[in-house]
Amino acid sequence: MQFFLNITLGGIASGMIVAAVALGLVLIFRATNVVNFAQGAMAMITTYIAYSVLHRGADYWLAFIVALATGLVFGAITQVVLIRPVQNKSPLNAIIVTFGFLIFLEGVAGAIYGSTTRTYPAPFSEAGQKLGGTQIAFSPFDVFVVLAVLVLMIVMLVLFRGTDLGLRMRAVAFSPEAARLLGIRVRPLLTLGWGLAVAAGAMAALLIVPTSSLTPNFMDVILIYGFTAAVVGGLDSPVGALVGGLATGLSLAYVGGYLGGSLEPMAALALVVVSLMIRPEGIFARPPPRRV
Amino acid sequence: MPVLDIEDLSVSYGAVHALTDVSFSAAEGEVTAVLGANGAGKTTLLRAISGLVHPRKGTIRYDGQQLEKMSVEKIVRHGVSHVTEGRSVIEEMTVEENLRLGSLWRFGRRERGAVIDEIYELFPPLAERRRQHANTLSGGERQMLSIGRALVARPKVLLLDEPSLGLAPIVTARLMAVLRDLTSASKLIVVLVEQNARSSLSIAQRAVVINLGRVVVFDAAATVASDTELRHHYLGY
Amino acid sequence: MVGFRSTVQTLTAKPWFRMPRQPMLRHLSYAAVAVVFFYFLTQKLSAFNDYEVGEIAFFAIGLAGLSLLTGINGQISLGHGGFFAVGAFTYALLVNHTGWSLVPVLLVVVAVTAVSGALIGIPATRLRGPYLAGMTLMVALGLPYLTNQYDSLFGGDQGLTTPPPTGPASVNPEQWLAWIQILGALIVLVLLGNLVRSRFGRSFRAVRDDEIAASLAGIHVARTKVIAFMVSAGCAGLAWAFLALSAGVVNSAEFPLALSIYLLAGMVIGGTGSLMGVWWGAIIIVYLPNEWATSLANDFHANSLVSANLAIIIFGLVLVVGMLVAPGGIQGALRWIAARVGSYFSSGRVTNVSLSLQEGVDPIHPASDGESVTTAEKQGV
Repeated sequence: MQFFLNITLGGIASGMIVAAVALGLVLIFRATNVVNFAQGAMAMITTYIAYSVLHRGADYWLAFIVALATGLVFGAITQVVLIRPVQNKSPLNAIIVTFGFLIFLEGVAGAIYGSTTRTYPAPFSEAGQKLGGTQIAFSPFDVFVVLAVLVLMIVMLVLFRGTDLGLRMRAVAFSPEAARLLGIRVRPLLTLGWGLAVAAGAMAALLIVPTSSLTPNFMDVILIYGFTAAVVGGLDSPVGALVGGLATGLSLAYVGGYLGGSLEPMAALALVVVSLMIRPEGIFARPPPRRV
Repeated sequence: MPVLDIEDLSVSYGAVHALTDVSFSAAEGEVTAVLGANGAGKTTLLRAISGLVHPRKGTIRYDGQQLEKMSVEKIVRHGVSHVTEGRSVIEEMTVEENLRLGSLWRFGRRERGAVIDEIYELFPPLAERRRQHANTLSGGERQMLSIGRALVARPKVLLLDEPSLGLAPIVTARLMAVLRDLTSASKLIVVLVEQNARSSLSIAQRAVVINLGRVVVFDAAATVASDTELRHHYLGY
Repeated sequence: MVGFRSTVQTLTAKPWFRMPRQPMLRHLSYAAVAVVFFYFLTQKLSAFNDYEVGEIAFFAIGLAGLSLLTGINGQISLGHGGFFAVGAFTYALLVNHTGWSLVPVLLVVVAVTAVSGALIGIPATRLRGPYLAGMTLMVALGLPYLTNQYDSLFGGDQGLTTPPPTGPASVNPEQWLAWIQILGALIVLVLLGNLVRSRFGRSFRAVRDDEIAASLAGIHVARTKVIAFMVSAGCAGLAWAFLALSAGVVNSAEFPLALSIYLLAGMVIGGTGSLMGVWWGAIIIVYLPNEWATSLANDFHANSLVSANLAIIIFGLVLVVGMLVAPGGIQGALRWIAARVGSYFSSGRVTNVSLSLQEGVDPIHPASDGESVTTAEKQGV
């Protein structure tokens, strides 16, 4: 029972991180109809940059802000330089471009930093806490993770539903042509969307890196899980990202805990396949309109 | 008097010539009906005016400006509103949000409420449904929302693409009446593309008949309506 | 100048200068030319270079399959390395446990890999674009775990040995193996070339361009997609069986994600959807990671970290820049040049070449203005 509880809590914490990555993917897909395969790699770069800042004497929170700010700028520049030219062509082009960018970034990181693992600190203790006498595997850091992602979700919600900027971004995401005809400048909003999405990914990376240590490939696996979560929850639904993230995190935690950690990637694949066979659009998405 | 002036407009999609040497003009306070069979190029004409496609040659002049090379956003900010075919409301947003979207580029926070209320006066059913999501509206209500959203920013040129498509005749009649009154009251330039020639000719002052991308007739609407041979040949009644 | 141009025009108008119109004959003529070319090439090259030519040949097979799937049928696969693994291990197991000769073994390899292609292809029919890409990526990442679980069957870290078939004593072994691989590549390419021009090829393209229209035209969309996957997987399996032929060993460490990336890059660089382009892609896959990247790193006196990662960096860069600037790859660029030159000589008027890279036409989805053979040929389909 203790074991089950610990696994569940671990699944929740990791699920929240996966949800943050999924949220970035969903943001970009909704706004620009592109799945950003480089999402994880870009977050890896921002983490390395934060690491460098940290090692010049900055404190954790400064590095945190640097990572997010870098993500914002990096996402925006990437959208302008790499994505705009291929946005209106066949989706294959954008897939290949983002995938190529992924491996380019990993190669560059490998060339600069090598594959030696580096440790990145956590802002709070990672030791499990005692709750009423029993030791549970939920640390202050885990609490921080859950809260951070919740704050991210709330900020996104407020942005999109409560502000005019958010209204414009939603319009652009749902119907770019209609938005243009209403005088909305579409291109800067797409750029902003990418910036926010990569910043979200940067935050997710900072939440995962204390447990998984910093290497050029450390976000690969999280990207896959984020993709799984986005598929399960619906690639165009932020709420779906959260639910998909928790579902993925918990499922993988159970598989890892009861069947062995090396089966987790296969379990994620199975989750994707099953989800796509049962409900291809995801739990929370609207079915796309059939245009015959 | 500001007039929308189209001269020698030619638009091609690759090797397909959608419009060739189209010329006509539309005056303010008047509805100009654009008629013709399916595939004649009527939608392309509207898309060229609003900037969604750029012509191969020809000019589109309005209020001293040449619109044919401008971006969509700029054209809209010059006062051109385009209601596309098929009721392009944003379904996941509420009626109120759709309307607010139309007001964003022009009006500040304080004035938005007032201009949106004007639309509610024009189309009372929308007021009743203001907090509902657009995908719960009927066809006629969606059309009202599309048109209302285009009108929120108080445009000077209104382009309508087949507003009566899929609507019951009585709803169409009401819609046309609203358009007619609105046009003369606010001195709008209205370019109305319709396959339903009868209903559009009933409220139009001018008519352009297009066939296979070329202008066949550009004349007063009454003249076109009474020309039975023309009607048989190009308009189907 | 005018005299020169009109001379060339009259020359090229002569019947003996033109390739035969019928696809099969045309492909066989290309193959015949290739046979002669490769014969002389292998005679002139050293043993190691023969090995490399063989490598180019079997990568060409794998790329042809992938190019068919992505360029012509429009399904993207980021995990094709998995099919390589299936082919390789099937070959190794057959060679080690049965006494069959080469050709039956290869046929079984193709069949088995094709079936595995169907296993992926069937769920893939539900997916499009990025979903499909993501799913295939996960297959590629998950595969190493699978082979590790079943150590005994797959030989664990050491892998399984595959003794190469012996050839006639008069020919040295590397040349003999290269010959088998080249011949295999040419056979596959001729077959695929005919497939592309056939009814199947047309239905592949129809499904790629517009699934709804294709199904309304009576094409069974799901079946077409699965067949494309099966053919593509069969090619991949065959390709790695050929590798096992000359490498002598099959080992699960040979199939990292990097392999799938190289394939994708090779396909894009050579020209997606172009069967001729697979040769360029194969050359780059064989030479770039090992020779060109290392010599480039040495030229710049780069440290070991950089040289280890240089190949990946270049591949990634080429993928990105290639897609932005020249989506048609090398073959697309060549075709564009040839069309420009050709139109200069044919009539003096420079005709509007619709596959102009500057217009940003996407050669993966060329402008479908009818099924005219010349347009289709120009687009590399």
